[in-house]
Amino acid sequence: MADASAKQVLFEPIFSNNPIALQILGICSALAVTTSMNVTIVMCLAVIAVTAFSNLAVSLVRTQIPGSIRIIVQMTIIASLVIVVDQILKAYAYEISKQLSVFVGLIITNCIVMGRAEGFAMKNGPWLSFLDGIGNGLGYSVLLLFVAFFRELLGAGSLFGISLMPTVNEGGWYIPNGLLLLPPSAFFIIGLAIWGLRTWKPDQVEEADYKMSRHKAKEAF
Amino acid sequence: MEHYISLILKAVFVENMALAFFLGMCTFLAISKKIEAALGLGIAVVVVLTVTVPVNNLLYNGILREGALDWAGLPNVDLSFLGLLSYIGVIAAIVQIMEMVLDKYIPALYAALGVFLPLITVNCAILGASLFMVERDYTFGESVVYGFGAGLGWALAIVALAGIREKLKYSDVPEGLRGLGITFITVGLMSLGFMSFSGISL
Repeated sequence: MADASAKQVLFEPIFSNNPIALQILGICSALAVTTSMNVTIVMCLAVIAVTAFSNLAVSLVRTQIPGSIRIIVQMTIIASLVIVVDQILKAYAYEISKQLSVFVGLIITNCIVMGRAEGFAMKNGPWLSFLDGIGNGLGYSVLLLFVAFFRELLGAGSLFGISLMPTVNEGGWYIPNGLLLLPPSAFFIIGLAIWGLRTWKPDQVEEADYKMSRHKAKEAF
Repeated sequence: MEHYISLILKAVFVENMALAFFLGMCTFLAISKKIEAALGLGIAVVVVLTVTVPVNNLLYNGILREGALDWAGLPNVDLSFLGLLSYIGVIAAIVQIMEMVLDKYIPALYAALGVFLPLITVNCAILGASLFMVERDYTFGESVVYGFGAGLGWALAIVALAGIREKLKYSDVPEGLRGLGITFITVGLMSLGFMSFSGISL
């Protein structure tokens, strides 16, 4: 991607090359935080910031890093950025940082950050790398917000904590589907989202390991 | 003793790293196509977790936590903000040391684990377990048991998923759902199964 334009670098990861749906990166720390939109947005902003700035930093020092210790160097850059984000959250959004608990820390091992630093920032200039970080962070956010939208709306009848469908407990009509607040639902929603994305963009469909053979036996007739 | 058994049951089944907290998902999905590979990775995770969680526990209680540097005459120093950086450093270092030790003394196991050992450094389940240990304030004994239990739960989940996927590849899945999509849904169903363990305690 040597001659990639800035726009391409920024927008490609959102749908065409989504880090979660296609590259199987960064699902780890993400799903547990999608039970409500507020928390998810904070998490997404944190990931976008870390990916963008780690890409920028790695790209700036990429010619100075000896190949054999590059993983450690990248890890240190990423960990320092995550510490900064963690401290900022604790200072200005303490409630949400409590809800995110260990998952802010887990941005360090989020494969998106590491994967983009190693795969893109080591080979490209600072500006493009910065955009690539934002693009991949956005691609991650789109899927995450999609999951959180359904989980909060159907699981609690609200969005961003504002009640849209008053639940039975509060005297309304909507019986909340508690399953959507539990872990399994996140897997289902992502599975279905990938299905939808691949139906829309058929070139992302994976090859089958085995094909069904044609029906040859005649005894059924 | 009962406390420890209860803790291990909780770590393996109720709070399963992969199925309840989504930790280590990348490797979980990527390396679960063959049972042998999944088993190798599972064992590696158990071993690494059993070592790293207690070491991080010592590090946290001995140096990082507020007031822990009392013995050095620095009672007011709170280094807990350095936590993330030190845990990941410890994990990377231990994985490296284990690689060298295994290579020298147990070459058979080293060959079996192969490429999985270095991969483990960036497995979120490893760092996640250390962070949970800090958040829940486990003692040293508890952290050993918890590290082992968390690893065992993860290994159990990945081997089970690999077993399912080995059969799944012969089935006729709708085109868009093939591969990653159906795997997610399978994991969802497994997670639903593991939900039935919630509430179990001794």
